Amino acid sequence: MKNDNSNIRTLFLTFLKIGVFTFGGGYAMIALLETEFCVRKNWLDKKEFLDMTAISESTPGPTAVNSATYIGYKIGGVLGAIAATVGVCIPSFFIIYIISLFFDKFLSLKVVYAGFRGIQVGVIYLILTAGLRMLKALDNTLLDKIIILGVFIMMILFTLFSVKFSSVFYIIISGAVGIAVYLIKTLRKRSTIK
Amino acid sequence: MIYLKLFLIFLEIGAVSFGGGYGMISIIREKVLTFGWLSEDEFVNFIAVSESTPGPLAVNMATFVGSSQAGFIGGLIATLGVVLPSFVIIFIIASIMKDLLKYSGVKAMLSGIRPCVVAMILATGITMALSSLLNITTINSKPAFDYKALIIFLLIALADVLLLKLKKFKLSPITIIVSSAFLGIIFY
Repeated sequence: MKNDNSNIRTLFLTFLKIGVFTFGGGYAMIALLETEFCVRKNWLDKKEFLDMTAISESTPGPTAVNSATYIGYKIGGVLGAIAATVGVCIPSFFIIYIISLFFDKFLSLKVVYAGFRGIQVGVIYLILTAGLRMLKALDNTLLDKIIILGVFIMMILFTLFSVKFSSVFYIIISGAVGIAVYLIKTLRKRSTIK
Repeated sequence: MIYLKLFLIFLEIGAVSFGGGYGMISIIREKVLTFGWLSEDEFVNFIAVSESTPGPLAVNMATFVGSSQAGFIGGLIATLGVVLPSFVIIFIIASIMKDLLKYSGVKAMLSGIRPCVVAMILATGITMALSSLLNITTINSKPAFDYKALIIFLLIALADVLLLKLKKFKLSPITIIVSSAFLGIIFY
């Protein structure tokens, strides 16, 4: 094992590189991370890597940031976690900052405006297909169906009737429903055993 | 104080945005529209920019909204806000609560949140489609078909489905954005 400082530098540089190449969101990055840390550097074994993926997908926040913090901590402690997280954010930060400086001027060009009108349609298509893909990936239990229908209908109705209701509440309520259903199930199981 | 507001709002977004990538879209959309930081059009445009540049959507969005509202420092503060919750949570999990995901309470909570996120993405997609293709934003708005947008939507969907079925080829988000830009230039 090399000394700590060079580990942290490697972490920072590796995640900087990953930050430059993470087009297309979280899943594209998982593949990159796997080659980088399991195959090339051998810093994580397969099982640890799968744990990391599960954790970063079931906690809030972008997958890229979550896995950077996790891998960084595993390899270089607190400093490692900071180095990796900062590294993965720097490329997009500077690219987007530069874009924000001239985005309005850029959009005032007629061709660009027309192009973006088309792009808006493409983005809506992307969002809908992403939603459908995630829908297929669910186990589709009764709880899933009820929550999906309930949240979906409420959200569309509230938007149409301009009722203000923060999305945060949907998440909190659904989480609570998940726990309640689990509690009821365990209580029932206990009473049938008795 | 705009810096504090940016920091707190993006802290909230970072703390509740489960599901990564598109999972955050509904919350980010709601916040930026409520605070008037972006219009619906600007928001959709920026999703396209974010898809065509590297980095997670939430981080890109924080940087963009922060710097367009309050310059470089604003961008920095909003980005810090959106990253901080996941940093702290992952840090706690990695250092002390290694088996957090094995607790049945956490599992039960996630079993409720997962379908909720999917429903939120779909509902957001539908409301965006209603407003962009049919010009319906509330129940009182007069529907106005945007035939051009509708045609572009159908062309993209057709190309995507056909390529997948016939050639087993999945169009990448960037290809879809670039081709819809071309269609936009042709039609508008």
